[in-house]
Amino acid sequence: MPHTTAFARNQWYVAAYGTEVGRELLARTVLGEPIAFYRTEDTGEVVALADRCVHRRFPLSQSRLDGDKVVCGYHGFTYDTTGTCVYVPGQKRIPRTARVSSYPVAELDSFVWVWIGDPALADRTTIPRAPHLADSGHWTTVGGMEPIDAGYGLLVDNLMDLSHETYLHGGYIGTPEVADTPMTTEVDEGAGVVRVSRHMDDAECPPFYANSTGIKGRITRWQDIEYHAPCLYLLHSRIAPQGVLPNPDGTDPDAFHVEITYAITPSTPDHVYDFWAVSRDFGHGDEEMSTFLRDFNHEVVMQDVNALNLLQKTLESEPAGYQELSINIDTGGLAARRILSRLAAEGDRSASPDNVAR
Amino acid sequence: MSRPPTAEVYRVDWVPGTDELHGICHCGAEHDTQDPVLMWQWMLSHPDHQEDDR
Ligand code: FES
Ligand SMILES: [Fe+2]
Ligand SMILES: [Zn+2]
Repeated sequence: MPHTTAFARNQWYVAAYGTEVGRELLARTVLGEPIAFYRTEDTGEVVALADRCVHRRFPLSQSRLDGDKVVCGYHGFTYDTTGTCVYVPGQKRIPRTARVSSYPVAELDSFVWVWIGDPALADRTTIPRAPHLADSGHWTTVGGMEPIDAGYGLLVDNLMDLSHETYLHGGYIGTPEVADTPMTTEVDEGAGVVRVSRHMDDAECPPFYANSTGIKGRITRWQDIEYHAPCLYLLHSRIAPQGVLPNPDGTDPDAFHVEITYAITPSTPDHVYDFWAVSRDFGHGDEEMSTFLRDFNHEVVMQDVNALNLLQKTLESEPAGYQELSINIDTGGLAARRILSRLAAEGDRSASPDNVAR
Repeated sequence: MSRPPTAEVYRVDWVPGTDELHGICHCGAEHDTQDPVLMWQWMLSHPDHQEDDR
């Protein structure tokens, strides 16, 4: 059932924007694991420690930093950046088991990624990339994060089927052509990537793009989704005056390009972090446009948040084994669900015995 | 997790102007149906692709 999509361990997940992590402890729960994040004083590296003190399980995120060490806010157990306890109050002997887990982290493309699973398997080169987010020379980006009270599978479903734009986001980013235009779906099984492309040759220009690009008439609108399961979702959006296509050599000077990025980070079985960003290759330095796109897209995101909060509640009250009905628009969403259940099964299989015991 | 593109690519085209889905497995087998659930079932049955009833 979609509202109980299994977690896929041994994967990288976006835990925060780099700008959210500093010298204040930040609490995030990823795949059910509470984690405290902070930056070291000298090198500015991000540290991720299990957010439960070994002593009486006080949340370390509610504690304080002493240089690069975390001092538990309850009785003062003190941990270094590796999670090793280096001080306990009142005695010289520090119990050998006094340590909290530390998580592999990587800062990439403005995101802080955390590895959930067996640390020995963490390979930073397998993190999917969203280079536009950190490339301020070519892209201007606005973004945010909204927590949703829904299982992450519902957000994946939502993003893989953009025909909902016509109905849920009508008058914002949706126009009749989105739901009416057939799309192609491609699954690269080995890479774990699902692609859904919808190319609209002759479409109405929704306010989101009319106001930002200044295009008055009808448009050619391309939506190319690239979902790197489980966490990173890229929507390459191309907007041009109707009939204007890229040049044969691939250059595309007369179109407007917008990269819509989502990071879908499961928090608990019925809670997901929805990181969103809108990057454009035009109107650089135009603060008014940035404000418009941020506010407008935030409204669109909240339409999804409200719909998914409601859907989760509804599904929870359904008797087990309820039926769904899938139609052509669901081809991409079904592909994504299948990949996710495969990744979840693989993550469980390679879990070491003590991971299972937890 | 990001891995390099592989040759194991499944593709489903929604045939414009129809309700038909046209599927192509990486082995070259092709299949038509109007039901995406059946389409993925057919894909996953690789290499034993069978026609479903409809
Ligand atoms: S709970 Fe952390 S020191 Fe007691
Ligand atoms: Fe939406
Ligand atoms: Zn096949």
